[in-house]
Amino acid sequence: MSPSLLDQLSEPVVAKGLVQVGAASVLAGVVLIVSYLRNLGIEIELGRSFVRGFVQVLAMGAVIGILFSLRLAWSTLVIAAMMGFAAWISKNRGAGVPSVIRISLVSIVVGSGVVIATMLAAGAIEPTVRNLIPVGGMIISSAMKTNSLALDRISGEIQNNRGEIEAVLALGAPPERVISEYVTTSARASLIPMVDALKSLGLVYIPGMMSGMILAGSNPIYAALYQFVIMGMLFAASGLTSMLSLRLVGRSAFTEADQLKTFEEPEPTSLLDEFRTTLS
Amino acid sequence: MPPKLETSDLTALRDGTPIVDGVSIAVAKAEVLAVVGPSGAGKSSLLRLLNRLDEPTEGTVLIDGTDYRELPPTELRCRIGFVPQEPGLRNGTVAENVTIGPRLRDRTVSDEAVDRLLSRVDLDGYASRDVSTLSGGEAQRVAIARTIITEPEVVLLDEPTASLDADAEARVEGLFTDLITESDLTCVLVTHDRDQARRLADRVAVFEDGRVTAVGDIGTVIA
Repeated sequence: MSPSLLDQLSEPVVAKGLVQVGAASVLAGVVLIVSYLRNLGIEIELGRSFVRGFVQVLAMGAVIGILFSLRLAWSTLVIAAMMGFAAWISKNRGAGVPSVIRISLVSIVVGSGVVIATMLAAGAIEPTVRNLIPVGGMIISSAMKTNSLALDRISGEIQNNRGEIEAVLALGAPPERVISEYVTTSARASLIPMVDALKSLGLVYIPGMMSGMILAGSNPIYAALYQFVIMGMLFAASGLTSMLSLRLVGRSAFTEADQLKTFEEPEPTSLLDEFRTTLS
Repeated sequence: MPPKLETSDLTALRDGTPIVDGVSIAVAKAEVLAVVGPSGAGKSSLLRLLNRLDEPTEGTVLIDGTDYRELPPTELRCRIGFVPQEPGLRNGTVAENVTIGPRLRDRTVSDEAVDRLLSRVDLDGYASRDVSTLSGGEAQRVAIARTIITEPEVVLLDEPTASLDADAEARVEGLFTDLITESDLTCVLVTHDRDQARRLADRVAVFEDGRVTAVGDIGTVIA
């Protein structure tokens, strides 16, 4: 089991970190003094931002420290909560899409869940809280971003081309075929950031995880290989989420009588209400 | 023998207000019924209900005596074709637009059949033209060809000449007359133009506030 938060706080490396923070604070203080001497009038804002950033990042470290001290089984709950929040955030991009919260939740859970489970089974993610939560978070975050882009694009395509869609529906064409062109466009658009990240990997984009591993003393070749594994996971989660999300939108956009539903912006509701509705 | 198309107490609500209110009309085979009335009277909403693009709140539509809800929507819409007011063409060529209905149902249409149909709508040699280069009248005729290619038994026309100049209007009207005569088509024509109703229709239904206020022969209802 991982050490508790108190154990982690008492490790010598924390004291070393505080000394380093002190050094960084002296440099920041120099900036504040220069700002004051030159009458820039931004020293209060700079000072507040600096302190606020320190408190926020320390709080985040403490939360991660607490998470690392949990038993592995709890990480399942943490991952499930991450997926829920991701779906909640992402659904706003498809405001008006019928059943959007359900679509987001199912797509993100399946898209990222399949990848996490497969990579756990393959040994690419160690079954420890220390590995599962940060890597799982990256995968869920990638699924969420792709889902948001897919929802944003498809809802715009359907609303902007409503006349065309209904004109073809009126000819007796099956709904899923009528919107297949818009689904393809949306899938491509949602995966552009992922595809570009893969294309520029190592040329323009030096990913954080690889940099961190090298800074921490890992073999650079292994760091590169593991980074590619991570990118592969993110790509798979994004692709699965996007395709599932768009397929579900394609179904939910039409009634049983193949009528195109209206995409109305819903009244704002609480997170709890949305999940109650989804579960019911 | 039942009417080709019949509505029974057809009603649709929008935000709780009736936009089509208890409409019962019948159209015989090969008959043209014009639906006239002021803007916002519910004429276009009626056509959307007849094509089942919208669902009635009450009442139903019968085609050859069969409730249209008993038919798969794709089959129903092949039998009851709809030419909307705006052509709603997709980016691409005229031929791609004309054949989109059959193509999306995995049916092939020969180039010769497309050329014959385009000739019928007075668009000879237009098959490979990009639709973005078409005039309003040409685009409307492509929309008509796109509907006719599915060989419907009933055609619903929503203000088909509303945005056209006089020449284009005359050509589109001539096309309808030919199609109706050649194919024994049953038509429901929505128009705000009573003169057009006189020229094209056998009977007329007057719409106001979602209701039919008068229906009968042209000469009797709109003098």
